[in-house]
Amino acid sequence: MSTETLRIVWIYPDLLSTYGDRGNMLILARRARQRGFPIEVLEVRSDQALPTTADIYLIGGGEDGPQALGAQRLLADGGLHRAVAQGSVVFGVCAGYQLLGTSFFAKGTQYRGLELLDLSSDRGETRAVGELAGDIDARLGVPPLTGFENHGGRTRLGPEVSPLARVTAGIGNDGATEGAWRGKLLGTYSHGPALARNPALADLLLRWATGAQQLPPLDDTWADRLRAERRAAVAAAARP
Amino acid sequence: MPLRAKVASSVSRTAAALSRAAGRGDGSVIGGWLGLKIDPDLLAHLSAGRAIALVSGTNGKTTTTRLAAAAVGVLGRVATNSFGANMPTGHTSALAKAGSTPYAVLEVDEHYLAQVIEATEPHVVALLNLSRDQLDRAKEVAMMAQLWRAALIRHPDIRIVANADDPMVVWAATPPASHDQRIVPPHVTWFSAGQRWHDDSWVCPECGSTIQRSGEQWWCTGCPLRRPDPQWTVDDEGVVDPTGAWYKVKLQLPGKVNVGNAATALALAAEFGVRPFDAVPRLADVTSVAGRYAQVVRDGRTVRLLLAKNPASWLEAFDMADEAPTLLSINARDPDGLDTSWLFDVDFAPLRGRQVLITGDRAYDLAVRLDVNDVPFQHVRTFDEAIQAVPPGRLEVIANYTAFQDIRAELDRVN
Repeated sequence: MSTETLRIVWIYPDLLSTYGDRGNMLILARRARQRGFPIEVLEVRSDQALPTTADIYLIGGGEDGPQALGAQRLLADGGLHRAVAQGSVVFGVCAGYQLLGTSFFAKGTQYRGLELLDLSSDRGETRAVGELAGDIDARLGVPPLTGFENHGGRTRLGPEVSPLARVTAGIGNDGATEGAWRGKLLGTYSHGPALARNPALADLLLRWATGAQQLPPLDDTWADRLRAERRAAVAAAARP
Repeated sequence: MPLRAKVASSVSRTAAALSRAAGRGDGSVIGGWLGLKIDPDLLAHLSAGRAIALVSGTNGKTTTTRLAAAAVGVLGRVATNSFGANMPTGHTSALAKAGSTPYAVLEVDEHYLAQVIEATEPHVVALLNLSRDQLDRAKEVAMMAQLWRAALIRHPDIRIVANADDPMVVWAATPPASHDQRIVPPHVTWFSAGQRWHDDSWVCPECGSTIQRSGEQWWCTGCPLRRPDPQWTVDDEGVVDPTGAWYKVKLQLPGKVNVGNAATALALAAEFGVRPFDAVPRLADVTSVAGRYAQVVRDGRTVRLLLAKNPASWLEAFDMADEAPTLLSINARDPDGLDTSWLFDVDFAPLRGRQVLITGDRAYDLAVRLDVNDVPFQHVRTFDEAIQAVPPGRLEVIANYTAFQDIRAELDRVN
C-alpha cells in the first residue's frame, strides 16, 4: 500500500455504472474493513481529475457513448497511467475491460483505448447475453469464475496478457477465453458486481494491493450458496 | 367500423371471456392477440371516435393509468387496460371489451409508445420517467428517450403531459431547436412528481455534458437543457394546479410516490377539461391496482403487496412500505430479466431495523447483497414459512414481477 490507508477509486460512476457496478466497490471495501485495513473510498466523476496515488482503481460497464467518452477523458487525464506505473491495481469490467486495451468499437467507430493491456476489441455478430463461467488461470489460485455477461464485443488477446479464464459456459472474449490479466491489471466480461459471485477474486485484488500473502478467511456462506446454485443452473442448462 | 374489424372485435371479446372462464388468465392479452390476427388494424379501428390518453414510462404507469381513468371518468365512460397488459394486444383487448366509450386511458409499455401513438392517435400522452430496467433485453435509457422524441416530433398536434424532474423525459418532450417555421413546438404541460433515482441522467442526452443538480433544480452544464417550471406540483399531501389552487389528495394508496402519480393523473385529465375539484374525490376510490398495494389478512397477519421491478421502483417501494416486518422476493425469470446485478444499484439501508425475510428463485443473490449492505435477514423457502416467521400484524411484501405474481397466486389472485 502507498500509505497506511487502502485507497479505492471508482472511476467515472457517472459514465460507467450500467448495472450494479457499485457492488465491486462495496464488496472490496467491506472485505478490506473486515480484515482491519483502514480504507478510503473515492468516487471520481468524469469532470474531476483522477488521483494518482490510490491502491485499487475500478472501472465499470457502460453504454457505447459513455464508454467512448470515458476512454477519451482517461487518456486526456493521464492519471490512471501514472498510477499503473506506480504499481496500482486496476479491475475493469465489460466496457471498462475493453477500454484498458489498445482499441475498441463503440457506435460503429473504432476508438483508441488506454493501451494498458495488450488486447483489442471489436463487434461480434451476436450479442453475448447470459451466464458466464470459466476455470481461472491456475497461477492466480482462485476457484472458477461465475458471472453474467451482456456485451456485443469480441476481444483478441495479444502475447503480453494472459486469459483470466478458460470458458466453460458463455462467450467471454471469444467463446474460448474470458477476460485478461497482466501484473496487477485484470479485466473481465463478467459484468456488474462481478466480485459478489467471486469473493476470491476480490481477495486477489486486495492481496495485490496490500502485498499480503494471505488474508484471514471470512464467512462467505451466502456467496458460496449463490455460487453453488449458479453452477447447478449452468449445468442444468447445458444438459440436452 | 369495417366488417372485418367487427368480427375481429367480437372474437377478441369471446376469447378473453373464455380465457377468464377457463381460469387461464385474466383474458387481457389473448383476446387482443386473436383480434389482431384477424384484423391487423383492429387497434386503430377500435380507437376511432374515442378521445384517448396514453400513459408511458418505466415506473408508475399502471397506477397512474388507474388514477387517470378514475379522473377522466368525471366526463363519461372510460375504457382502460387496468390489468397492466400494456402492449398493443392488451390495448386491443381492453377497447374491444369496453365496447363504445367516449374516452380511453391506456397504459403503454415504453418500447411500444411510438407504435401505439400511430394506431390510436391520442389526444394526450403522459410521460412519467425513464430509468434502467432489465438491460439484458430492454433498450438503453438514452435510446428510449430518442425513440420517444422521434415519435412525438411526427405528431406535433398531440398534447404532452411530462415530468419536469426527469432530464430524459424533458429532453424527449422537447423537440430540437429549429428555424424551420413549419415545425410547430408541441404543447407540453409539465408536472413535478419527483425523481428519486438519478443514476441514469447524469449525462445530458442532448450534448453529453454533465447534468448538475441542486435541490429540485437540474441543468445541463453544456447546453440550454434545464428543468422547466412545472405547472402541476405536489405539496404537503396535496396537489397544486396551474392556477396555484391546492387540493388535498386523500388516497388509499401508500407513499408520496402515489401523490405524485395523482398529480400526473389530474394534469392528464385536465387536458380533457376535467377540473381537479371534480376529480380528486374519485382518486380516493382507487384501492389497489392489479394486486399492487392489495391487503389480505392471513393467519392474523395483514399482508400488503408492493411491486418493485427495477432500482428506481425499489426506492419507491421503501418509501411506501410501513416500518414493519418485510418479505423481499426476487426471481429472474424471462419477464423479470435474467440478470440480478441491479440489486447492487439499490441501497437497502432503509430496511435496517426492520425484520427482513427473503425468498424467491434468486434469494441467494439478495442474501449476498443484503450482507454487504449490513441488513440482517432470514431466508425462508415458502410464503407460508414467512407468515409463520413474523408476529401478528402487518407484513409488507416487496417483490419483483414474477415473484409478485407467485405470491398473488398464493393469495388467490387478489385485485
